[in-house]
Amino acid sequence: MIDQVKQKINDLLSNGSVKGVVALVHTNGNVAPCLYQKGDDLDKLCLGDTDSAGDARYPLNKVLVTLSRQYPDEVFGVLVRGCDERGLYGLYRLNQLDPERVVPIGIACPQSLALQCECKKPWPDDMMAGETSEGIDQKGVANAESNSHSERFSYWKGQFLKCVKCYGCRDICPMCFCRECSLECEDLVSKGDLPVEIPVFHLVRAMHMADRCIDCGLCDEACPADIPLRLLYKKTAQIMNTEFGFTSGIKKYEKSPLSLMGPAPEK
Amino acid sequence: MDYRNTLTTCTYCGCGCNLFLESIDGKLTGTTPCKTSPVNEGKLCIKGWNAHAFVQSERRLKKPLLRKNGELVEVSWDEALDYAASRLKDIRKKNNPDAVGFFASAKVTNEENYLMQKFARAGMGTNSVDHCARL
Repeated sequence: MIDQVKQKINDLLSNGSVKGVVALVHTNGNVAPCLYQKGDDLDKLCLGDTDSAGDARYPLNKVLVTLSRQYPDEVFGVLVRGCDERGLYGLYRLNQLDPERVVPIGIACPQSLALQCECKKPWPDDMMAGETSEGIDQKGVANAESNSHSERFSYWKGQFLKCVKCYGCRDICPMCFCRECSLECEDLVSKGDLPVEIPVFHLVRAMHMADRCIDCGLCDEACPADIPLRLLYKKTAQIMNTEFGFTSGIKKYEKSPLSLMGPAPEK
Repeated sequence: MDYRNTLTTCTYCGCGCNLFLESIDGKLTGTTPCKTSPVNEGKLCIKGWNAHAFVQSERRLKKPLLRKNGELVEVSWDEALDYAASRLKDIRKKNNPDAVGFFASAKVTNEENYLMQKFARAGMGTNSVDHCARL
């Protein structure tokens, strides 16, 4: 698979259709986000796998947004998995990236990673390498909801109490791009105090993720307190799906129901 | 176009979390925790996440400041060091070595901290050495 990706990047760079390609590099024993440009060595290209599949994934779309803000006229390629492609669709919809200036290089995730992520679509629509694995049933939310209200309340309260307010969930999130963030609004969240406002802090973020979260799981991986954030956002995404028939990043140009005025769109 | 992620160690405390400083054309634009680091495994605290923010900050001091007539004014390194040395000597002479305390820092290297405690103990003659986190 990696050879196909290298070939594709080489083709894109040598025929000049992109200025650079955002992907990963394996260097000095570490995996890092990287921008490959014409003439760069592709030998150290990496797909984000070290000990197990996808254990060194980074928010490449976030890198792309940063680069595009700096160089709005250039075209960039980007390595995408299923979740990253959903992210691209979301960022097009939210006017953070121009689809004319992005060339996705899609790879499928192996079954092991799909299972670990409980990913319903572990492959991108536009896929150039890898074999499609099966989508996984979303059981996490139902399992969590099988407990009583009081059990769930104390469970989440306990989880939120662990928060060290590092803002890592927001900072790693490829779908968080606002220049002003509600979590820094002192009317909602006081500065420098711990424990964090319960449940305001986490629920504000969960609400903002409702029509954005692409279920990539990077927030879970970045949380030093091991708060199951992904499960929380899966729940808000599920409400969006049940109420409006909308899932973030599944259809390329679909508008979010939360950005429409007037009656609810038909399911 | 020069886009880089430079692997480095967080300067905020002694844990030694590994992070990437993201830069575009020589200007720092962000911090990303290193996932393959055995120390922090892709996680950071709020200070680490903002490690890029102070380096090129306009508010950073670039020259030594000395308070003269109640106001801080920029002075040369020679003047600042001369003043610090003479006051330290004065205080030590008028009181005793324990009238002076030394705070080490997580933002400098191990070797620099070694030199500082050496200076405190062998130079000034006090064991009053502590870490800046207790300030």
